Amino acid sequence: MAKLNINGKIRDVQVESDTPLLWVIREQVGLTGTKYGCGVAQCGACSVHINGEVRRSCSIPVGSIKAGDRIVTIEGLSANSSHPVQKAWAALDVPQCGYCQSGQIMAAAALLKKNPNPSDKDIDEAMTNICRCGTYQRIRAGVHMAAAAAKDGRTVAPADRKSNA
Amino acid sequence: MKKTTSKENRIEQVAKVRESTNLSRRKFIVGSAAAAGGGLALGFQFPFVKSAAAQGTVNTYPEINAWVVIKPDETCAIRIARSEMGQGTLTGLAQLVAEELECDWKHVTTESPTPGQSLARKRAWGEMGTGGSRGIRTSEDYVRRGGAAARIMLLQAAADSWKVPASELTVSDGVITHAASKRTTTYGKVAAAAAKLPAPDPKSITLKDPKTWKIAGKPMKRLDTAEKLNGNLVYAIDVKVPGMMCAAIKDCPVFGGKLVSFDEAKVAGRPGVRRVVKVNDTTVAVVADTWWHAKTALEALPIVWDEGPNASRSSAMIADQLKEGLTASSAYAHRKEGDALKAMEGAAKKVEAVYTTPFLAHATMEPMNCTVKVTADRAEVWVPTQNGEAALAALSEESGLPLEKCEVYKHTLGGGFGRRGGAQDYVRQATAIAKQLPGIPIKLIWSREEDMTHDFYRPISQCRLAAGLDGSGKLEALHVRISGQSINAFLNSPAAKDGNDDRQLQGYYEKPGDAQLGYTVPNLLIEYAMRNTHVPVGPWRGVNTNQNGVYMECFMDEVARAAGTDPLEFRRALMQNHPKHLAVLNAVADKAGWGKPLPAGVHRGIAQFMGYGSYSAAVAEVSVSDQGKLKVHRMVLALNCGHAVNPDQIAAQVEGSVAYGLSATFYGECSVDKGRIVEQNFNTYEIMRLAEMPKVETVIVPSFDFWGGVGEPTICVVAPSVMNAIYAATGKPVRSLPLKNVKLV
Repeated sequence: MAKLNINGKIRDVQVESDTPLLWVIREQVGLTGTKYGCGVAQCGACSVHINGEVRRSCSIPVGSIKAGDRIVTIEGLSANSSHPVQKAWAALDVPQCGYCQSGQIMAAAALLKKNPNPSDKDIDEAMTNICRCGTYQRIRAGVHMAAAAAKDGRTVAPADRKSNA
Repeated sequence: MKKTTSKENRIEQVAKVRESTNLSRRKFIVGSAAAAGGGLALGFQFPFVKSAAAQGTVNTYPEINAWVVIKPDETCAIRIARSEMGQGTLTGLAQLVAEELECDWKHVTTESPTPGQSLARKRAWGEMGTGGSRGIRTSEDYVRRGGAAARIMLLQAAADSWKVPASELTVSDGVITHAASKRTTTYGKVAAAAAKLPAPDPKSITLKDPKTWKIAGKPMKRLDTAEKLNGNLVYAIDVKVPGMMCAAIKDCPVFGGKLVSFDEAKVAGRPGVRRVVKVNDTTVAVVADTWWHAKTALEALPIVWDEGPNASRSSAMIADQLKEGLTASSAYAHRKEGDALKAMEGAAKKVEAVYTTPFLAHATMEPMNCTVKVTADRAEVWVPTQNGEAALAALSEESGLPLEKCEVYKHTLGGGFGRRGGAQDYVRQATAIAKQLPGIPIKLIWSREEDMTHDFYRPISQCRLAAGLDGSGKLEALHVRISGQSINAFLNSPAAKDGNDDRQLQGYYEKPGDAQLGYTVPNLLIEYAMRNTHVPVGPWRGVNTNQNGVYMECFMDEVARAAGTDPLEFRRALMQNHPKHLAVLNAVADKAGWGKPLPAGVHRGIAQFMGYGSYSAAVAEVSVSDQGKLKVHRMVLALNCGHAVNPDQIAAQVEGSVAYGLSATFYGECSVDKGRIVEQNFNTYEIMRLAEMPKVETVIVPSFDFWGGVGEPTICVVAPSVMNAIYAATGKPVRSLPLKNVKLV
């Protein structure tokens, strides 16, 4: 039995304490935006925020979560996909298959919280999640775009369904 | 327009498509029964099945035709039969339909017919399989005709209501105008009437000149991005079906080995465990309330395998087997022009090299999975598949139920790359499990380790090349001998009969149009020595153009150097009979600034090759440190895919092909020890990360006289252009992949 604060809601879960947080989130709580990719903290598809830090939930036993730890998943990052990272991702059509993007977005959001104006080198170091479709170039551009939008205090133009040309 | 961003909306949308296509099918059955004496009705009907993903309110609207449904609120739902796995085909196909339909792009949504619905309508949506970069190029004609036919019917409906000739009407963005009487109406208002009109003969339709396109050919935003940003998109791995249980699976680690026994009692008392089942002769699965319980119980399950004779096989043995094929007296001569061997003897200069490439896993981000429910008279699967009809067939065969009692719900794939095509092995497994627990939906998920060790791998091969130059450095003779595994042979295809397997020589063909070699050499011998192993093989993004591109294009640089000629100039001289190949090579050279000065320590490499009906070329800029550390700084790629339906998505595919191709170039290797695959997860099967991604520039040079593929073509020039740049940097040719095993300096 554990009490988890996920996306601001307290959830009671009945589960063995060595169950990885990822599988608690997916199978007990029922939030499936956080993905399984490798189970060994290599790919980052399972990235969530714990107290504002990006963590790979596949390798965190739920028993190690402390009372008062705030867990945020992709579903709780923003209302209406309004986080600057989500807006930038939409504006640049970053996702291809999209499977890794929950994790990429959570990693980018955590990076920008710590470092509102990251250099390419900062992005290289922080954005280590795997994408097999190869969206890395747009992820980099997306992080820069989100940073610029946040810095200027203006929001990124919402994704225009028409041409971006 | 209400954009479908929430799960609820999607559920509603899914329910709507199911119901609307159901209704129209009933109409179809009635109509065709009358016309064809019942021959087409087949006497069955799909009951509307409320899947877990389809529980919303159901509204129904008549379809204009198989491709188009227009709702009173002007929403234009375009039907997409091909699978979406990130490659953007969904958006591209919608653009092609919308272009001819003349609807308002802002009102476009998409729906996917199920394979069962397609079957019931005699494949009204054509081929559903999505591989070989065919999604757009082999459906463009009929989907555009579908859009145009709907437009004609909608205009006719307006003309009928106004009692004017349809020829007096114009339409733009779904608004129909009769200029003479200053009347306007909209698609949404006339759709119901249009749906009742007879369809025009598709052959009578004149399609638009692509030069006049307004929606197709433009960098429209993808239609499927929003749900990928907030966790709302339900991949098959996320499906929840009432009463569902989860399964974890283990296939014999050695290919060809067998399952002997397992000790269910040892795990029966573990939390949540329901059953341990023999799936087939080689595989066992644990079924539990959650996947985590299933997986951990499976790990604790004592299993006895009969690993069989393959348990002694190793990479070194396979390498020796292939090496033998390089010089074996017998091989399949695919191309024999002039007399290469004789010309070689008299050559002023001879160049020889042997290249090798490894087995590779696909490693889609979403591991293999699907959910299957089997009852006495129905089987259903929720599945990420590149081939919905193959999934339907697998479900039917494995469940023992006829096709019409089976249904497939296709979900967006978390990556495909060829892994989720015809085989549908995971559908067969899940069905075999679900059959043993009738009525209980079983979600089978492979662990990453299972996924990596039971793939259909990119085939391993080696290649021996020899070139003869005349005194002036002109290429007089070229002999290429590939020795390696055949995909067709693994599939038991007649195309591999007696080892005469053209597919393994993809990219070297004489015949234009698909994968033609871009060079003319007076004496040319291209051979294949089929050497099969016990490792399962299959198509992997770009398939054999990957290896064959490396062999031909890296060797070209070696020959150019021996001839004392610039690699670009050397190629140009051989390409005069292949103007399309040459044009793309020239385009990439121009954009990359070939021959212009580079920063100190940076070197260029170039490559061109053809596959999937499209022409590709690349220039890579790399540096190699004194310690041998490689950095790829910039890559420029040019592509002529004939027609460019969405330039921004083509650029995305090119960028993706660079990442997939560079991962393979740097790290990709599945090695064999004791008959099994050694690399089990991303810590040993490394994948390129963002930090290593070069700046990619895409040059699209469509010539508008053919339709080529996009998803696969450019990957084949990624590795060779980088390898050639390394050669330029170090003076040492790189002849084997991956680079992690190669000392560059």
